Amino acid sequence: MSRTTLDLWVGFFVVIGMAALLFLAMKVGNVGSSNFDETYHLKAQFDNIGGLKVRAPVKSAGVVVGRVTNIGFDTDSYRAEVTFSLGTGYHFPKDTIATILTSGLLGEQYVGLDAGGDVEMLEGGDVVQMTQSAVVLEKLIGQFMFDKAAETPAN
Amino acid sequence: MTGVLNLVRRLGAGVVEAVWRIGFATRFFMLLLRYSGQSLLRLHLTIREIYFSGVLSLLIIVVSGLFVGMVLGLQGYETLQRYGSSEALGVLVALSLTRELGPVVAALLFASRAGSAVTAEIGLMKTTEQLKAMDMMAVNPLARVVAPRFWGGVISMPLLAALFSAMGVFGGWLIGVVFIGVDEGAFWSQMQAAVDFRFDVLNGVIKSFVFGIAVALIAVFEGYDCTPTAEGVSRAITRTVVSSALAILALDFVLTSFMFRGQS
Repeated sequence: MSRTTLDLWVGFFVVIGMAALLFLAMKVGNVGSSNFDETYHLKAQFDNIGGLKVRAPVKSAGVVVGRVTNIGFDTDSYRAEVTFSLGTGYHFPKDTIATILTSGLLGEQYVGLDAGGDVEMLEGGDVVQMTQSAVVLEKLIGQFMFDKAAETPAN
Repeated sequence: MTGVLNLVRRLGAGVVEAVWRIGFATRFFMLLLRYSGQSLLRLHLTIREIYFSGVLSLLIIVVSGLFVGMVLGLQGYETLQRYGSSEALGVLVALSLTRELGPVVAALLFASRAGSAVTAEIGLMKTTEQLKAMDMMAVNPLARVVAPRFWGGVISMPLLAALFSAMGVFGGWLIGVVFIGVDEGAFWSQMQAAVDFRFDVLNGVIKSFVFGIAVALIAVFEGYDCTPTAEGVSRAITRTVVSSALAILALDFVLTSFMFRGQS
């Protein structure tokens, strides 16, 4: 086989391979949309984070505005400390409430941000003061059973 | 008593032989890297090998990728619809292909399609004393014959694995969306939400690159090291396929345990 045909085939092969990689990146992996170029970090302390994981989404009104970057344990307050990064385009007031929510009944857990009405905005490194912990199903069922038992008159 | 001694002696001989072979393979690899510069200067040699091991493997990779994806689509749908989450089919197909099946199955196919051919070629060159003849003419067979085949394999492998994964996702889409009728929007959007470029796709590419190095090295080494007889060549080819497959699966476990340990 002549050299030019060989080069043509190899070039064709490399183009196809690169196109496949591009397909995986764009169509399958959707590069860009889930990763924000510039971010700032916020912290929040929770009594219980349930099954929250690093890289879980941070949503406000259902829109993904950031990602959880780190989960630690504060030995002074015995609470979980969650650090998350938000895209620089998204600003939230000082009295924003951070909640740990579950998508669907058994879906993955994420951090929900409910904006307050303060005029001052949270800046990088700030701590979100008001938080609400994850709902733990066992506790919920236990409470329900307890209430039920209290309701029914003993006979 | 002598029986036991003989047994221990044989064990010792086996260990020494194995260690010697590993050392020889490592020195071979180092020399190969040293002469790679020379051979990469004459790029058309490597391009020829990319043609033989990459372009000619295209058909088997594309067809088997398509079928693997279609089977994943069928089996995944069968299981997922029991839990009422058939829209997650895209996630299942894409994650299993980009993380595991793409690199591993493509590497296994590549080892049996291209690795065996490389071993046969180099082994036959050794048997017919072409390698020695080259040495006599002051042409380094490592730079002229071995290094281009090695780099041809290393370059081809990640491209083939990416192609395999892409074809597999296409096959899963074909079965899931076109034939079974899973909602197309949910199929793609859930897939895009779950597959991370760096964590899933790039790790798959790294895996296939490592497999490419392992397969190409085993193939050229077995060919170069074979006993120069017809039987020796056939044994070398068998060893290439068997040890490539074992190396791929063992390396896959090691890489997976480093990449996906304790995350999500």
